[in-house]
Amino acid sequence: MGKAKVKSGPLARRPDNSAFKQQRLPAWSPMLTANTVLPFFYFMAAICMLLGVWLLLTVQSTQEMKLDYTEAGSCNLCYQKRQNASNAAQSCTCKVMFSIQKAFKGDVFFYYGLKNFHQNLRRYMDSRDDGQMVGRKRNLKNPSSYCQPFDKDQTGVPIAPCGAVANSIFNDSFTLSYHQPGSSPVRIPLLRRGITWYTDENVKFRNPKTENLTLAEVFKDTAPPLYWQKPVYELDPDDPTNNGFINEDLIIWMREAAFPNFKKLYGVLNRADEVFAKGLPAGNYTIDINYNFPVQYFRGRKEVVLTTLTWFGGQNHFLPVAYLVTSSLILLLAVVLTVIWWKFGKAGKNMQE
Amino acid sequence: MEAFWRRNSHVEKERHVKANARDYNDKFSYADNHIKTSKYNVFTFLPINLFEQFRRVANVYFLVLLILQIIPEISSLSWFTTIGPLVLVLAITAVKDATDDYFRHKSDQQVNNRQSQVLIRGSLQNEKWMNVRVGDIIKIENSQFVAADILLLCSSEPYGLCYIETAELDGETNLKVRQALTITSDLGDITKLMDFDGEVICEPPNNKLDKFTGTLYWRDNEYPLDNEKMLLRGCVLRNTEWCFGLVIYAGLQTKLMQNCGKTSFKRTSIEKLINTLVLWILAFLICMGVILAIGNTIWESQIGRNFQVFLPWNEFQRSAVFSGFLTFWSYIIILNTVVPISLYVSVEVLRLGHSYFINWDRKMYYSQTDTAAEAHTTTLNEELGQVEFIFSDKTGTLTQNIMVFSKCSINGKTFGDIYNEYDQKVEITEKTACVDFSFNPLCDRRFKFYDSNLVEAIKLEDLAVQEFFRLLALCHTVMPEEKSEGNLVYQAQSPDEGALVTAARNFGFVFRARTPETITLCEMGRAVTYQLLAKLDFNNERKRMSVIVRNPEGQIKLYSKGADTIIFDSLDPSNEDLMYTTSEHLDEFAREGLRTLALAYKDLDEEDFDVWMKKLLFASTVIENREKQLADLYKEIEQGLRLLGATAIEDKLQEGVPETIARLSLADIKIWVLTGDKRETAMKIGYSCNMLPDDMSEVFVISKHTVQEVQQELRSAKEHILGLSRVSSTGDVEKTNMFVVDSVFEETIIAEYALVINGHSLAHALEPQLEHVLLDLACLCKTVICCRVTPLQKAQVVELVKRHKGAVTLAIGDGANDVSMIKTAHIGVGISGQEGMQAVLASDYSFAQFRYLQRLLLVHGRWSYFRMCNFLRYFFYKNFAFTLVNFWYGFFCGFSAQTVYDQWFITLFNSVYTSLPVLAMGLFDQDVNDQNSLRYPCLYKPGQQNLLFNKRQFFLCMLQGIGTSFLLFFIPYGAFSVMVKEDGSNFSDQQTLAVTIATSLVIVVSVQIGLDIHYWTAVNHLFIWGSLTVYFAILFAMQSNGIFGIFPSIFPFIGTARNCLSEKSVWLVILLTTVVCVVPGLVVSFLRADLFPTLTDKVRHQQLRKREGPQEQNLRRVRRTSSGRSAKAFSHQQGFGELITSGKNMRMNTVPSVSSPGRTPHSSTWIENVLKRKNRVSCANDESTGGPENSEIAKQTPKQQHTD
Repeated sequence: MGKAKVKSGPLARRPDNSAFKQQRLPAWSPMLTANTVLPFFYFMAAICMLLGVWLLLTVQSTQEMKLDYTEAGSCNLCYQKRQNASNAAQSCTCKVMFSIQKAFKGDVFFYYGLKNFHQNLRRYMDSRDDGQMVGRKRNLKNPSSYCQPFDKDQTGVPIAPCGAVANSIFNDSFTLSYHQPGSSPVRIPLLRRGITWYTDENVKFRNPKTENLTLAEVFKDTAPPLYWQKPVYELDPDDPTNNGFINEDLIIWMREAAFPNFKKLYGVLNRADEVFAKGLPAGNYTIDINYNFPVQYFRGRKEVVLTTLTWFGGQNHFLPVAYLVTSSLILLLAVVLTVIWWKFGKAGKNMQE
Repeated sequence: MEAFWRRNSHVEKERHVKANARDYNDKFSYADNHIKTSKYNVFTFLPINLFEQFRRVANVYFLVLLILQIIPEISSLSWFTTIGPLVLVLAITAVKDATDDYFRHKSDQQVNNRQSQVLIRGSLQNEKWMNVRVGDIIKIENSQFVAADILLLCSSEPYGLCYIETAELDGETNLKVRQALTITSDLGDITKLMDFDGEVICEPPNNKLDKFTGTLYWRDNEYPLDNEKMLLRGCVLRNTEWCFGLVIYAGLQTKLMQNCGKTSFKRTSIEKLINTLVLWILAFLICMGVILAIGNTIWESQIGRNFQVFLPWNEFQRSAVFSGFLTFWSYIIILNTVVPISLYVSVEVLRLGHSYFINWDRKMYYSQTDTAAEAHTTTLNEELGQVEFIFSDKTGTLTQNIMVFSKCSINGKTFGDIYNEYDQKVEITEKTACVDFSFNPLCDRRFKFYDSNLVEAIKLEDLAVQEFFRLLALCHTVMPEEKSEGNLVYQAQSPDEGALVTAARNFGFVFRARTPETITLCEMGRAVTYQLLAKLDFNNERKRMSVIVRNPEGQIKLYSKGADTIIFDSLDPSNEDLMYTTSEHLDEFAREGLRTLALAYKDLDEEDFDVWMKKLLFASTVIENREKQLADLYKEIEQGLRLLGATAIEDKLQEGVPETIARLSLADIKIWVLTGDKRETAMKIGYSCNMLPDDMSEVFVISKHTVQEVQQELRSAKEHILGLSRVSSTGDVEKTNMFVVDSVFEETIIAEYALVINGHSLAHALEPQLEHVLLDLACLCKTVICCRVTPLQKAQVVELVKRHKGAVTLAIGDGANDVSMIKTAHIGVGISGQEGMQAVLASDYSFAQFRYLQRLLLVHGRWSYFRMCNFLRYFFYKNFAFTLVNFWYGFFCGFSAQTVYDQWFITLFNSVYTSLPVLAMGLFDQDVNDQNSLRYPCLYKPGQQNLLFNKRQFFLCMLQGIGTSFLLFFIPYGAFSVMVKEDGSNFSDQQTLAVTIATSLVIVVSVQIGLDIHYWTAVNHLFIWGSLTVYFAILFAMQSNGIFGIFPSIFPFIGTARNCLSEKSVWLVILLTTVVCVVPGLVVSFLRADLFPTLTDKVRHQQLRKREGPQEQNLRRVRRTSSGRSAKAFSHQQGFGELITSGKNMRMNTVPSVSSPGRTPHSSTWIENVLKRKNRVSCANDESTGGPENSEIAKQTPKQQHTD
C-alpha cells in the first residue's frame, strides 16, 4: 500500500514469484493412513509393554516397610499429651517395635511421612522469604510481608527463618536399633548429611555472611519461630556445620510437598558398620521416637518408612502398572482399528471418489 | 457529524437555493461539498479508538482481570501476567486502525482537492471541490466529472443541450442528453450569469437517482424542474465543450453519496462466534470458580479450621464463607487463561498474513493493466471461505463493456464463422488470422473480423451486402468526430450502435459526417451524401428505428433495423423464404448469447412519401395524442419491407467468466446479477454466461408496475415451481401455506428455474409484505437477474438476503453505482483498472478481472477459513489443557488457588512457548493445494455449512482439552505420590511437579500440533522444534543460579529443572503422559478419515498418490491459451441438467457424502458425478487454472499485447 516500489515499467506491480509469496513452499504433507497409524500403534503398545514389564520386575526386587506410629504402642501416651498445646514444651519419648522378615539389601533409606498435612496451600507456600534464607542481611532483619503473621514475634523482633513453613517444621527425631538375636540392641547408624539436593544445600539456602562471627552472633537480633524450642543456629547439636539456614532437615522441610500425603528423607543407612554392610538384616527392630509434632489438630497421621531404591526411584508401583495398562489399551485399540480397517476401510476403498 | 445530519433531515422539508447569493444560502447551513469517509482525526483517534476496542468483550475482560490482580488479598498471580499482553494487543490494533484511516484520509483528500471552476464575484475562479457551495454557479468542461448535483443552466450546444455519461452512477455507458430550461439556455456568458438570481425551491436531499422535482423562480415566473435538467455528481460531461450549472446539493447530500449507504464495521461470523464463545467460557470460568469456592468453604470449615495452628486465617477473614468468596476471585485470576489474550492478537496476525498472501498472488495479477489483487481490509479473510451468495454487477464486471460486431446473416447467408478444410467450425482464438482491412484507409484498426468471405463479397460488389452495410452506416444516431483527416471517432448513445457503425466503416461504408439534413458516407472510397428526410426514432415499444433518405440518384429509401419479431411482422410476404432462413440464423446467434438485430429496407414512391410526410408534419403539431398518432404513422410506412439480414453483436464477456460462474455454482454459491441495464441486455448476458442455459425449465420475468400485479406474478411463479415439484415428487398436490417454504421442498426441486425481475417491480417486491415471497421464489431459482435497478435497490436486495437467509453475501462491482451494495454485503469486491475508483475504494478486496473471484473464494477464502478454524480449535484445546490442570489441583491443595505452574511459565506459555507453531499452522497450512481447490469446488461447501468451527467443534476441542488436562494432572499425581529421587532425596515437592507437568504439557501440545498440521514447511519445523528448544532454554535459564542470586524471591524455582529433568522416572512420566494424551485423538481422527473420509481427505489422498506416481496426467494435459472466445466453447459443453432429468445419477447412498452431511444427499452425488465427468472428458478446469497464468506469459510480449 504505502510502500514505494523500486521497480518500474509495465509489470511494476507484479508480485514476486517466490515460493513463499505464492504459497508453494516445499512441504511434507503427512496423512493418517492405515499404513502409518496401525504399525505405530503396535509399536507403541510393544514399547509400553516392555517398559511396563521391566519396571514391574525392578519394583518387585525392592522392599519397603511402613510403620504408622501416630498412636502405636507407647506413642499413644505422647499422642494424648500433644493434644494439649500447653504441654508443647514438655518432651515425650516413646518406642515402637517392628520386625523385618526379609533382609533389605543395599542402601536403605529412612523417611518420615505425614498424612493430611497441607504444605501446598497457597498462603502457606507463600509464607516464606527466600531472600532471607539465601542469607541476605536486609531480609534477615526485615522479613518479607508474605511471612505474616510469622514475620515478627510479639515484641517485634524479626523471626529467622520467618513464615508459616519454617514455623511448622517437623520436629520428631528417631533412633533405630537392631535386636541381634542373643545380644543387646545395636544402634543403627544413619547418615543425616548429604540428603538434600545439591542446589538447595549450596545455592538456595545460605547462612548470612559470618565475617568471623559465630552463627549465634549473626542471628543475634532475631527470634526463633514461635513453635521452635531452639534457635536456628542450634538445630544440630552434633554437627556445627549443619546449623542455621543450611540445616538439612530445615532445607528438606522447606521444599514444600505437592500433595497432603508425603514423605521426606530423614537419613540413609550408613553401611560402614559391618553388620549393615549389605543392608538391613532380617530381624527385630525398635525405633525410639522423640515425639514432638502434633497431628491431631488436622487429623493427620505420622509414619516412618524404610525402603530400598531402584534406578527409577523408590518402590513405585504406579508407573509399571500404568505402563502395562496403557500398553494393553493401545494393543486393544490397535486390534480393533485393524479389524475396522480390514472390514470397512481397507485399501482406501473409501478414498475412491 | 451524525448530529448535524439528523438536524438537517429533521428540519429540511424543502430546499431553497438562490443563485449567486452565498449569504442567503448560508442561512440554511446545507452540507458543503467536502466528503469524509475517514473515522478519526489526530485528536479523536485515541479516545474513539480505545472506545471501539473496549467494546470488544475480550478487552473488557482482561481489564477487569487486571484490576482484580492488583488487589493483594486475592491476587494469585502477579500483575505482569496480564498487563503486558493487554497493552501489546491494544497497541497493535491501534496501529492497524490508524494506518487504515490514514489511507482513507488520503483518498478523501484526493477527491476533495479536485479542481473546479466557480463563478465568484464576476469571474471564474479555480476552486477545490470541497469549497464548492450550494448556490454556486460552476462551469464544467468536456470529460470533466461533475462536482456536485447541479441544475443545468446553459451549455455550448444549441438549445442548452448537453451529453453526459452516467457510468459512475448506474453503470450505463451510453450517453444521455440533458437539456436546460429554454429561459436559461442563453445565459452562456459570464456577465449574464452574474446577474442570474433565480431561486430554486426543491425537495430535500434523497437517494432517488431518477427523480427530481423543483421549481425555479426567476423574474416573477415559475418554471418546473425535473430530472432531465439535472447533472448529478459522478457524471462525466461528454461531447459538450462546456456547460454551466447551479449547485443544488453538495457533498454528502448529493444523490451519489446518499446512495452510498453507511460505512459499518464488518465483522466476520467467526469473530461473532468467538465473542459468543468467550462469553460461554466466561460462564464456564465462573462455574469453575463457584465450584472451587464452595470447595474452599467446605474445606476451610472442615479441615482448614483445624489447620489454623500452622496457618492462621487473615485477621479480617472471619468465616470459611468469606474465604470461599476470596478464593472465587483468586481462581478467576488463575483460570483466566482459558480465554487467552493472545487469541485476539494471533487472529489479527493471521488475517494480516492471509491478506498479504492475497496481495502477493501472481495468479490474481492482471498484467495488461498492471494490477495486482489487493485486500483493503484485513478482518474478513475467513469469511471468504463461507460465501453463499454473490451479487454481481454486469457492466464492467461480467462484461468488458465492449461491443463487438461478431456475425451477420446477409440475404440468407451467414458470415463470421470460419471453417477448416473438412467443413468443421474452427474455434476462434487469439492466433486466428483476422481479415485484412488495408484496402480501406479509413478503417478502425482495432476492429477484428475473421471470416474473409464477407470482404470477398464486398469486393465482388454483391448488392445485398452493399445495401446491408449502407443501412448500418445510415440508420443510427451516432455522432462522428473527425479530429484529423481520417481519424474518426464515433460518439454513440449505445455501444451496440457504435459497434455496428464501426463494422460498416471497416467494410467500406464509412459514416463520415452528419448535419441535421444530410448524412455523408464514404462508400468504397467514394464520398456520397444522402439527404435525411425523416428519422423514425427508436423507443421501447416500437423496438426498431428507421430512416428515410434520398440517395444521390434521387431514390427515396427507408432503412429499418430492429428486433427480429417486429421487423418480421412488417415484411413483404414475398420475403418469407428468406425470413425463415434468417430466423434460423437468428436463433443460432441467440443461442450463442449474441445480441441480434434484423435489418430491412424499402424503396419508396415519391408521391406516397409526400402524402405520408404531410400527414407526419400535421401529426407532429397535434397536441392531443401526438405520440400515438406518430406511432401509427410510423407503422404505416414501415410496412412491406424487404429483409436484408441480421447482425449479431457480442457483448464481450471478460475472460473466463462462464467458467468462473460454473465453478462457483458447483461450489453451491448462488450468483445473482444486479444491473442497471435493460432487461434484454441483462438476459443476453445471462445466456452467454451460461446462467440461463437452454435446458432451463422456465424463466420467470417479473415486470409489472403495481403491487398487486407483482404479487400475483411472484405467487404464480412460486406456485408453478412448488406445484410441479410436488406433483413429481409426491404425486398428489396439497395446498399448504404458500408463505412457508418447507426446506424439504427447496431440496426436492430439481428442475432449474430462473427469475428475471425489473427494477420497478423490484421496488414493490422489496416492500415488507412481499419481500418474503420474493426471497422464497428467488431462492428456489437457480439464477436470479435483477435489471434496471438503482444502486440503493442493489443494496436492498443484498440486505434482504443478508437479513433473512443468514448467509454470507459477497457483492462485486466496478462502478460507483455498486458502492452501496459493496458496502452492504458482508464482503465487497471491487473490479479495479476501470475508470472509476469509487467501487475499489469502498471495497474490501479488489482485483482486475472477474475470473479472479474463483481464486479469491475457492483458494484464498477456503484456505483462510480452514486455517482459521484449525487455529481456533487448536488454540482452545491448548488453553483448556493448560489451564484446567489448576482446577484439578484445587482438589488437592485445599482449594487455596495455588497454581500448579511457575508464574513465569504462565506468563510465557501462550506468548512464547506455543504461539509460533500455531501461528505457522494458521499461516501456511494447506489441506489441499490450490489446483485441487479449484478443481473440486465442492471442497468449498464445508465453509458454507460452518462445519469446521462451530459450537459443536468448540465443545469437542474443549472436551479434548479437559481430558488432556485431566491426564496431565493425574498421571504425575499417581507417580509423584510415591516417588523419590534416585539418590533417595526429597522428590514429591510442588516445584518438581510444576516442572514435570509443564514439560509434559509443552511436549503434548507440540505433538498435538504436529498431528494437526497438514503441510509441514520448513517454517513449521523451525517453529515447533524452536519452541521446544526455547522452552528448555528458558526453563534452565530461569532456574539457574545466577538469576536466583539476583532476584531470589522472583525466581524461587532454582535448580528444580536440573534435579528433576535428570531423573529417569520423570521422563517415564512425561512419556506416559504424552502417549496417553495423544492416542485418543489419533484414534478418532484415524477412524474418521478411514470410515467417513470427507472430500478433502479423498482429494488429499489423490494428491499424495499423484505426487508419488508418474506424472502422466500432467503430460496429457494440453494447455490452451484462453481467450474471450472460450466462453462459447464452454456454453457448448453438456450441462448437467440432462443428467438430473434422466435420473441416472439418483443412486441412493452410494458414497457417503460427508461434504454435506444430511443436507443435500442427492445434489452432492450428482455434483460429484459431474465433477468426475468433467475431469475425464476434458480436464477443462485444469486448463483454465493454467489459463490465466499462460495468457499472462503470452501477453508479456508487447506485440501480442497490441493485437489484443
